[in-house]
Amino acid sequence: MRRVAIIGVGCTAIGEHWDKSLRQLLVEAALKAMDSADVERIDALYVGNMMSGALQEQEHLGALVASHLGLRGIPACKVEAACASGGMAIHQAFLAVASGMYDYVMAIGGEKMTDRKTPEVTLALAMADDREYTIAVGASFVALNALVYRLYIEKFNVDQEDIALFSVHDHKYSVNNPHAQFKKPLTLEAIMNSPPVADPIRLFECAPIGDGAAAVILAPLDKVKDKENAVEILASTAAIDHLSLNEREDILTLWSTVEASRKAYKIARIEPKDIDLVEVHDAFSILGVLSLEDLGFAEKGKGWQLVKEGQIEKDGDIPTNTMGGLLGRGHPVGGTGVYQVVEAYYQLTGRAGANQVDDAELALTQSLGGVAGTSVIHILKRMR
Amino acid sequence: MSVPIYWRNVRYKYRLIGTRCKKCGNVTYPPRVVCPKCRSREMEKIELPRRGKLITFTIVRSPPSGFEKYAPYALGIVELENGVKVIAQLTDIDLEKIQSGMAVEAVFRKYKENFEDGIIEYGIKFRPLLKQ
Repeated sequence: MRRVAIIGVGCTAIGEHWDKSLRQLLVEAALKAMDSADVERIDALYVGNMMSGALQEQEHLGALVASHLGLRGIPACKVEAACASGGMAIHQAFLAVASGMYDYVMAIGGEKMTDRKTPEVTLALAMADDREYTIAVGASFVALNALVYRLYIEKFNVDQEDIALFSVHDHKYSVNNPHAQFKKPLTLEAIMNSPPVADPIRLFECAPIGDGAAAVILAPLDKVKDKENAVEILASTAAIDHLSLNEREDILTLWSTVEASRKAYKIARIEPKDIDLVEVHDAFSILGVLSLEDLGFAEKGKGWQLVKEGQIEKDGDIPTNTMGGLLGRGHPVGGTGVYQVVEAYYQLTGRAGANQVDDAELALTQSLGGVAGTSVIHILKRMR
Repeated sequence: MSVPIYWRNVRYKYRLIGTRCKKCGNVTYPPRVVCPKCRSREMEKIELPRRGKLITFTIVRSPPSGFEKYAPYALGIVELENGVKVIAQLTDIDLEKIQSGMAVEAVFRKYKENFEDGIIEYGIKFRPLLKQ
């Protein structure tokens, strides 16, 4: 296996892009990444996307995007792992470079969600779970997370306000993220007064519907020319779990995250305490709390305390979602896993602006599909 | 949901049929051909108990397509008497009165009328246990 680095990144702003199609967003992000990496050729392409079939009635995204990038002839395909599609696309790109098969490989992730009405998007998102048995009874994806949320606050006797704080945190940091969907701070009061979507989950505890795409370019470590603008991928791991909550022994543990992160720590030869910066997949406030626990930063039932005590602030013990996370930056589903890595890259190369974490050397990103039916973990290290 | 997808699962959904592993005794719902615990392929169909306990629930207020006219409705995870868990809607109860820990029982109910495909979907929902 060869060592692998990220040598360039690019992304679009996240928001309601009424005048841009999915293909335009993917191409825009890809061209920015190619300019940033200063490479002439791309040897293979992976496109992370979940819902193009359901929302755009378009598949075959690998060939479509590669063709529009002027890359006729290269191998290209779509990678789908629900909301972890972007993370999984990077995992595939990593394997392609590490194996020695290809040198310059691009992973793009993107989603165009505003082409459809909310119930249609709600159904498309719910396809992350078992369509024939779980979604068939009327479950939405928010509802499944709400089942976890209620069980958590009742079992550990936690106030909802203490979980909702994750959303306050994310919105505080997305204010300074140029590509974030939300650039206004949000008070706990505003969150608790927002309408319930699936009790107890309130609207402002949910990642928004939005459009966006992000891209990264990977290369073998020995081909990196500019160490100031490169980060090494120390580990790229993934694990799956049973899709539906009722099939899991412990509903409050994101088991695939435990599994994938432990593999990643072992490969990178580090422990959770060595990590300087974390990007967790908090599509809902409760997922942020569970993720901190299952990545090994807090005991089960105590993840919310890290938020309340300020330990996930940029100058805290475990800076988390320092560019706004899914709740603040936004969550263009297939794009999210790539945005996380792009933002970690900005932090590790010292380009995070007002949100810069001092002297950040090691970052971890966690990309979830469904309620952690899939987890993809990346551990990144600065090279400068 | 299309007619073929709907019909092929009817027998499991209407009667709450899962599978039991002949090797390790693990019971799953929905049915599987490989035991997720011991990977044995010797799985037999069994009818699951119809009584259980509600372990968590939510009220769906922003439903997926096809369920718009039924919202708000309650959805929960029920732990059946043999420990198997099922995700289903709750019925025959005031939404304000639902509590985790309630004793519930399975009943046969309409899920939705699917005008596009022309079928009416039915299956199991859970209601508060009427008598012990």
